[in-house]
Amino acid sequence: MDEEIELAFTLNGKAVRRRVPVRLHAVDLLREVFGLSGPRVACEHGICGACTLRVDGQLARGCLLLAPQLEGTDVWTIEGLTATGEIADLQNEFHARNAMQCGWCTAGMLITAAEILDAPAPMDRQAIREHLSGNYCRCTGYQAIVDAVEATRQARAAGRSAA
Amino acid sequence: MKAAGFRFLRARCVAEALALKAEHGEDARFIAGGQSLVPALNLRLLEPRALIDIAGLPELTGIRVERGRLVIGALTRHAALTGDPLVAAHAPLLLEALPYVAHAAIRNRGTFGGSIALADPAAEWPACCLALDATMVLTGPHAEGERRVPATEFFRGLYATALGPDDLLLRVEIPCQPAGTRNAALELARRHGDFAIVGVAATASDRELKDARIAFFGVADRPMRFAEVERALAVEGVSAAAEALARQVDPPADLYHSAATKRHLAGVLLRRAVDRLRGAA
Ligand SMILES: Cc1cc2nc3c(=O)[nH]c(=O)nc-3n(C[C@H](O)[C@H](O)[C@H](O)COP(=O)(O)OP(=O)(O)OC[C@H]3O[C@@H](n4cnc5c(N)ncnc54)[C@H](O)[C@@H]3O)c2cc1C
Ligand code: FES
Ligand code: FES
Repeated sequence: MDEEIELAFTLNGKAVRRRVPVRLHAVDLLREVFGLSGPRVACEHGICGACTLRVDGQLARGCLLLAPQLEGTDVWTIEGLTATGEIADLQNEFHARNAMQCGWCTAGMLITAAEILDAPAPMDRQAIREHLSGNYCRCTGYQAIVDAVEATRQARAAGRSAA
Repeated sequence: MKAAGFRFLRARCVAEALALKAEHGEDARFIAGGQSLVPALNLRLLEPRALIDIAGLPELTGIRVERGRLVIGALTRHAALTGDPLVAAHAPLLLEALPYVAHAAIRNRGTFGGSIALADPAAEWPACCLALDATMVLTGPHAEGERRVPATEFFRGLYATALGPDDLLLRVEIPCQPAGTRNAALELARRHGDFAIVGVAATASDRELKDARIAFFGVADRPMRFAEVERALAVEGVSAAAEALARQVDPPADLYHSAATKRHLAGVLLRRAVDRLRGAA
């Protein structure tokens, strides 16, 4: 029998509590126990970024976090970020530019890119690529993804200076 | 793949961590950020029966200056070095190396001490510690109090260090670099943020480079300084140093790069690092 723990944390803004096996990593936990299919499992050893989550306001690899390490944390998945509208502009740019094909990398890409949308320092395409370097996309060739992130950054910056 | 089952034990202080380790022995592993350990669990390269979570140990956190030394707690996350004024003032080499350490998501969880304890031969921090003449401070069940091990004696081989299986790394102490010290951290990797093919971490007190300390990583089973290379650089200049390096370095081939390629790349990085130390690049 797998060892279990009573786990309490905040998921997409709501307090949750559940008895769960300790050996689950965060993506399996979110998918299997909480029914969220946004976080993806792919390599399961930290290489590809498909599992990327926002934990306590920071990017984290879902496949490299064990269930007990989520105790007391504030976890956001693409479902939550979509519901709040925080990255609706980025999602629209992804859609408009076909920055996804199979979609396996998309949630991780969006969550990772969300970190730099408001970064005030200028970021050239190389800097955007470096920020996204931990996220593999096997389909798009990245150009459209970088385009979408760059366009969203520019639109937000224009919005700020107009305000 | 999925990790095999284990018990998850949370330690609240160093004494408790050591006691848990003594109780569970070889079947147990310490877990800090988990950014190297969890991949190994998921791949079932390791199947420990118990994980002892040390992430909450208050004694192992924080960055401070004490008696002329920059002290970095083992649990300091890579990302916590970003913009830290003490690190910027006293060991700026670390900030040059930081962007090469993994990817943002991994830097947010992985720890400085975890990287030192793991001692991946292609990792940045062990090489920086060697270049900066750092001292590792450890404790364990058998040692009376703390043990201090200089970087030159700490890294012993492939993933092998002076840490015994039941020892804890507490902190790393780095002599504060005088203002004006020159630094260079450079590496080549297939993808930005991945472990280096070959890298270099170097420091010198001025642009004369009479006392440069040049640590290479990814070229052997542990970070390496080559006395002959540093001497040749001080006495004859960069070409002689590059020749000495080509004679001395004997890198293991990896999946993608032959030993000859790595030897060549080490020479390329040496020249770039020297340019940087001299301020030409
Ligand atoms: C895709 C990917 C890319 C990466 N790229 C790089 C890179 O370019 N450069 C780099 O340096 N690292 C890289 N890493 C590894 C990362 O930096 C890890 O965070 C680090 O190596 C280990 O730190 P941790 O806190 O996660 O340790 P853990 O994974 O928790 O532990 C690693 C090992 O060290 C032991 N340990 C940890 N802390 C202590 C302690 N205080 N005392 C005694 N033993 C301890 C554990 O028992 C375990 O055996 C990468 C990781 C991934 C997944
Ligand atoms: S599934 Fe987590 S990084 Fe690939
Ligand atoms: S859209 Fe298929 S992996 Fe990115």
